[in-house]
Amino acid sequence: MSVNTNVLGGNKLRRRASLSDTNLLLIITVIVFVVMYASAVRFLGKGFTKPQMFFNILNENASLLVLSCGMTLVMITGGIDISVGQVTSLVCMSCAVHLVNHNGNVFTSMLIALGIGLAFGAVQGFLVAYLEFQPFIVTLAGLFFAKGLTTIISSDRISVTKDNSPSFAALSKFEVTIPFLGSVNKKGIYIPAYVEIGVIVALVIVILLFCFLRWTKLGRNFYAVGGNNQSANMLGINVKRTKFIAHILCGLCAGIGGYLFFLHASSGSPLHAQGAEMNAIASSIIGGTLLSGGVGNIVGTLFGVLSLATIKNVVASLGLEDAWWTNITVGAMLCIFLLVQSLVLAGRHNKKK
Amino acid sequence: MSTNENAISSRKSARSFFGKMVRNQLFIPLAALLLLILFNIAADIFLHVETSFFKVVLEPSSAGNLILSGNLITIIDNASELALLAIGMTLVTSAAGGQDISVGATIAIAGSTVLRIVKGVSPNISGGKFAVVIICAFLLCVVVSALFGAFNGALVACFKIQPMVATLILFTAGRSIAAWINNNDNISINDVRFGYFGNFIPGIPVPTPVFITAICLGIIALVLKFTNLRLYAQSVGINSSSSRLNGINPKMIKLLTFIILGVCVAVCGFIKVSRTSSITYAVIANNIEMDAILAVALGGNNLGGGKFNLTASVLGAYVIQFLTTTLFRMKVSSSAISAYKAIVVILLIIMSSPFIRKKLADRKSRREAARITRAKAALDAGAGKESV
Repeated sequence: MSVNTNVLGGNKLRRRASLSDTNLLLIITVIVFVVMYASAVRFLGKGFTKPQMFFNILNENASLLVLSCGMTLVMITGGIDISVGQVTSLVCMSCAVHLVNHNGNVFTSMLIALGIGLAFGAVQGFLVAYLEFQPFIVTLAGLFFAKGLTTIISSDRISVTKDNSPSFAALSKFEVTIPFLGSVNKKGIYIPAYVEIGVIVALVIVILLFCFLRWTKLGRNFYAVGGNNQSANMLGINVKRTKFIAHILCGLCAGIGGYLFFLHASSGSPLHAQGAEMNAIASSIIGGTLLSGGVGNIVGTLFGVLSLATIKNVVASLGLEDAWWTNITVGAMLCIFLLVQSLVLAGRHNKKK
Repeated sequence: MSTNENAISSRKSARSFFGKMVRNQLFIPLAALLLLILFNIAADIFLHVETSFFKVVLEPSSAGNLILSGNLITIIDNASELALLAIGMTLVTSAAGGQDISVGATIAIAGSTVLRIVKGVSPNISGGKFAVVIICAFLLCVVVSALFGAFNGALVACFKIQPMVATLILFTAGRSIAAWINNNDNISINDVRFGYFGNFIPGIPVPTPVFITAICLGIIALVLKFTNLRLYAQSVGINSSSSRLNGINPKMIKLLTFIILGVCVAVCGFIKVSRTSSITYAVIANNIEMDAILAVALGGNNLGGGKFNLTASVLGAYVIQFLTTTLFRMKVSSSAISAYKAIVVILLIIMSSPFIRKKLADRKSRREAARITRAKAALDAGAGKESV
């Protein structure tokens, strides 16, 4: 069929090819986010008109953003990693114990975070890629393991304060002010908008991973492997190595995301980041990544995280303070997104036929 | 010469019997069960415990009834819900090629529905009327969870969303819906009779959930025996479009498996709330979806859909509960249990993975081939000598 179209109208083919599934889903996500935020600004006013509201969303979700980026990578290759939430919890706990109980310094705590993430990523990746185990079960085992390990280290909450580790406290309080954006408070004093240092790290990771997926050979291999395992193999792509690298990157992201969570929360507790893996999966899906692999975009994931956070804030500012409303709306939004994606993709594929 | 051949063939049949046993799907859960039993026997011997792990005694309960108590009873009692879920989850896995992660949340919804009906009933109502209330509550909770199951099923079957993603919706919203049904009240039922279904009926020393699970297992066994559900589910799971060409409606089958899972979930929710006569929305049946999926995987079923073995899944559920009870017996704290579970899970997947099995089978077949050629060469040599 493609040959026919090529002969009959190369122009038409080119135009259709320029809007791939990945880009279409991305556009839907961005539009929905913009519409949602704009209507929140228009109808809810108050907090949403201030730039700081937007940056607070970023501040609170920097860690989730990094986790979701890692998840997107794995999902593009057709796998899944449900251990990231508990790895985050484990990273927080280990770093807190290191800083408080062992008087460690900040730099080594970062290394610990990266090491934990890398270790989980490497072991799970090895099991998934080279021994061909089902990713869901392997990372489920990782989830159990990280959960148990966290409570074995300590079952109580450990807080890092200025007295315990002044350098860490300084780092976590470090704020980057945004030029030209800010708001005037009731007393008429101009307060510049700020972001925490974690947001900068998260955005750098987003940009790096976007470039990686877009322009490097390995990044393109991710899509090929996720799209069709066997044909990728026949094209001479090392499928196993690609999957392995995806899991390692996801593990690293979990380590970094865990550290960002630690920076934001300044404490370690077994209850930290409960359900973060499902939030990360939801963000990736809203961002247009398909769980079946081969389709996805890091920028979409960024907007997925933002949409998820915005809807939570909207629900909170509507006065529906009861915790259950947030979950129900998030569920409903997820449902609508999935239906739209499914219908749009189905329509496109029907047209192609 | 003939004796030679006989010897070869008999050795071969013994090998093939062993190979068949190892390749059987029931091998992994049974082997795991056997290992756990052996471990507990060894622990009994070496730790010099006063009461054996396997001891079951008949003793009066706090209410004054004679009941059976012991670790084995705890295992079959507590594994009831998991076994029920394993049934539904296996069918869903087989037909839809994915897992339902919303079962824990739907259990909360089902339990909340039951409590919503039962909470208004005064405690001194007569037995007959109470039975009517319970039956109504049960039927309503079955309908509600079947509807939620149908919702998941419709997303999967009609909109072609992957099962894990589709059920993520209810996973997120389910517990909140459960809280919403009862306005987030903390309900506890004072009527003793409500607790019969999760604990003991006076005069019967075996916990009631065991009977409920046995009945459900019986029903599903009959359904699989006398209908084409097994064949249809498997063929849809293996190749949905070719089964459509053969006259099966894949959408219908997928929807049906999700509805069956919904019914299983309803029974689980009923047992769960009956156990404690109360509900905690955030905690009830927490993480049970992971255990249910684990039971399916432990049974050696392919999580990507296709062929399934229900007995193996149910056995898997009991193995998981056996493992948990064993860990409790070894004085592992309840929060640290998951770390040990993870190690066991990894060992089990390594044992049951197709990769390792293929490697083993390759080595075995190579050895077999080498042996046969050697035997043939020997025979040829023998024949040569005779002819000379």
